[in-house]
Amino acid sequence: MKILVAISKVPDSTSKISFKDNNTQFDEAGIQFIVNPYDEWYALVRALELKENLGGAVTTITVGEANADPVIRKALAIGADDAVRIDAEPVDALFTANQIASFARDKGYDLIMFGKETINYNGSQVGAMAAGLLDLPYVSNASSLEVSGSSARLERDIQGGSQVIDVDLPAVISASKGMAEQRIPNMKGIMSARKKKLEVVAPIEAPRHTEVLSYSLPEAKSEVKLIDPDNPTELIELLHKEAKVI
Amino acid sequence: MIKEKKEALKGGEFLIRETDPNDIFTPEEFDEEQQMIAETCETFLQQEVLTRLDEIDSMQKGLMPSLIEKVGELGVLGVSIPEEYGGFNKNFVTSMLTAERLGAGYSFSVAVSAHAGIGTLPILYYGTEEQKSKYIPKLASGEYKGAYCLTEPGSGSDANSGKTKATLNADGSKYILNGQKMWITNGGFADVFTVFAKIDEDENLSAFIVDASSEGITLNPEEKKMGIKGSSTCQIFFNNVEVPVENLLGQRNEGFKIALNILNIGRIKLAGAVIGGAKGTLTEAIRYANERNQFGRPISKYGAIRQKIAKMSYKTFACESAVYRASQNIEDRIASFEVEGMSKSEAVLKGIEAYAIECAMLKVHGSEVLDYVADESVQIFGGMGYSAESSVERAYRDSRINRIFEGTNEINRMLTVDMMLKKAMKGTLDLMGPAQAVAGELMAIPDFGSAPESEFEKLHGYIKNFKKAILMIAGSAVQKLMMELAKEQEILMAVADMLIETYVAESVLLRVEKRTSLEGETEDNKLKLEMARAYIFDAGSTINQLGNEALISFAEGDELRMMTMGLKRFTKMDALNIKLVRRNIAQRMIDENKYVF
Repeated sequence: MKILVAISKVPDSTSKISFKDNNTQFDEAGIQFIVNPYDEWYALVRALELKENLGGAVTTITVGEANADPVIRKALAIGADDAVRIDAEPVDALFTANQIASFARDKGYDLIMFGKETINYNGSQVGAMAAGLLDLPYVSNASSLEVSGSSARLERDIQGGSQVIDVDLPAVISASKGMAEQRIPNMKGIMSARKKKLEVVAPIEAPRHTEVLSYSLPEAKSEVKLIDPDNPTELIELLHKEAKVI
Repeated sequence: MIKEKKEALKGGEFLIRETDPNDIFTPEEFDEEQQMIAETCETFLQQEVLTRLDEIDSMQKGLMPSLIEKVGELGVLGVSIPEEYGGFNKNFVTSMLTAERLGAGYSFSVAVSAHAGIGTLPILYYGTEEQKSKYIPKLASGEYKGAYCLTEPGSGSDANSGKTKATLNADGSKYILNGQKMWITNGGFADVFTVFAKIDEDENLSAFIVDASSEGITLNPEEKKMGIKGSSTCQIFFNNVEVPVENLLGQRNEGFKIALNILNIGRIKLAGAVIGGAKGTLTEAIRYANERNQFGRPISKYGAIRQKIAKMSYKTFACESAVYRASQNIEDRIASFEVEGMSKSEAVLKGIEAYAIECAMLKVHGSEVLDYVADESVQIFGGMGYSAESSVERAYRDSRINRIFEGTNEINRMLTVDMMLKKAMKGTLDLMGPAQAVAGELMAIPDFGSAPESEFEKLHGYIKNFKKAILMIAGSAVQKLMMELAKEQEILMAVADMLIETYVAESVLLRVEKRTSLEGETEDNKLKLEMARAYIFDAGSTINQLGNEALISFAEGDELRMMTMGLKRFTKMDALNIKLVRRNIAQRMIDENKYVF
């Protein structure tokens, strides 16, 4: 089995989110980044299990700049054999899919695996687009994956039940909860991560069709009422009728 | 005072020498690999430990040993063990980091640190090649669990007075061990004990490696304890237990030295572990304060709660600064001893021994910070904090033991001063010169000098003065009380606390100064400076109060008046709106819903 797993860098879910440049950019200052959990816990770990059972190799691929290297090395510490980073900012889904497809096209992967979505932008698009560009079958949201011979059996959670699908390999799949269990990197893995190959590849020319215009945070719950200092009557009325403290 | 960059600060020398901020290590400097190791520890706790705290505390059979095995499979138990014994040979600071991150695991933390520390290290550092090859790989992997048997019913703090006996048998092939040990952590499931006993009529202890399966060993049922209920604690009886002579650890009569050296390591490791506990508990308290509404607002909006969050935060931050500062000093000393040709084991022991003062001080400070945090967290939780269903209730009970084991905080305070004075008498630490200089300064017209050029210079000025206060009080107490001082434990305790506060205050200041010089005045660094200012402010008040109590207990008349004036001068600080500083610190933690550093 030759497996390619796409790995995304995302902010830790406890991060405090803020924006800059007139709310057009996510402010990365002080943010702790992690491997996208769907990529790590499910896609990567299942890929490693398949490799352990069937032999082969697991390569990770990331579209990102050098600041993505720590999360890539985390994936190596968990057990991937080597890693590729396409040296470009992953700003647009089709652009990102083009980079991955272009790299994967002539490498003969049996499986290309994605998490079902990234926990930052929740696009769920790159896997499908990459499959389209590579002209490969795509199964999304798979909660289990078994490989036998040249096909794979996948289970998908669907509304009110589940669906079992056989797909010919090579194929592109996206992984959801249940496909595998999180693996904690051990000391051996952590120490070998630095020695494993992390190849940096120049991006290809690819169109960017979307542009982020602005971000905004959910509205904060109102908890404070501001009253004009010249209007003590209103204050007294509110304290009396609403807060009921006087 | 001398300001040199190159020569590392020796143990205890902080009192008479300044440190260049560039010479200290700060936790912000952990590299990617170290951070990954830390993350592995944290994830392990989250997945395997924090989800099963009730099962652990009910001592579900086999659970704790299996957790030790699991963390062993990850390699974490062998982090600082040499590769030839199945470890990963990481440096001392990295082993402190793992102690810290595993420290947030309640009973599990105690079990794992006892295993990896006092349960493993005596064999690693004092064992023969055969002993090490036989035991260390299995201890490093978690296959064997270790325990350390020093305390007896009649000998706790006075450890060398133990009554357990070892007698050589007729053909000289075995020692016959008889006696009783108590409060043995991991006693209920350990495979290997390091047992301290006196051979024949020896005055000093010797140490033995004893297989737990040996005939003649019996265990009392598990102790019922106030906290760390999931940690196994047993009384162990040795009744004609045969121990092969090759299991003598180190030399005959060397046991007390082994015990003390291992305790030095245990003390600083404990200080690391309690930081982990404090950070975890503090985050629980902050989250609760943000969730709990009273009078229509989250209680984190109220000053009374904010003040608690702030104080817990800067105490934890300051303690962490001091622990890693000392850890790096130890690391550097180990490296320099190795360069001089010492074996790794010897270098580690000597390196840690060189900072035994700092180890003792940090044990005291760390355990009291965690107790403070646990106590105030219960308070923030209010009635819910008193319920056994809340996490902080467990934190509160579990925290308490830290002030008792690894040498009580009272013993460690007295040791701190005792070791300082012994170094001074031996001439390895020149306290006399600086103490006389301070005495001279008292007689002279105060030198107000020029105004400090920066906030850092001003704060360093305060620390310098705190040191003068200590030198004045301790110097005068030594002169006046001479040999009687050893009996004046109240004064020794006060001096120890003044030393601890000064060391920690200086450490947090150096950390912030270093970060600011490297990264500029970022939002983080501005907040860290606020924490340093707040810590130093509190430390100054404490030093002033303790100093006054000490002075009045042994000085009188003009001398008392002069020294009281001196103390006032040495603890004088500019007015600081501490309320505002604390509010700023709390605000950030509240905004981020966690302890952020």
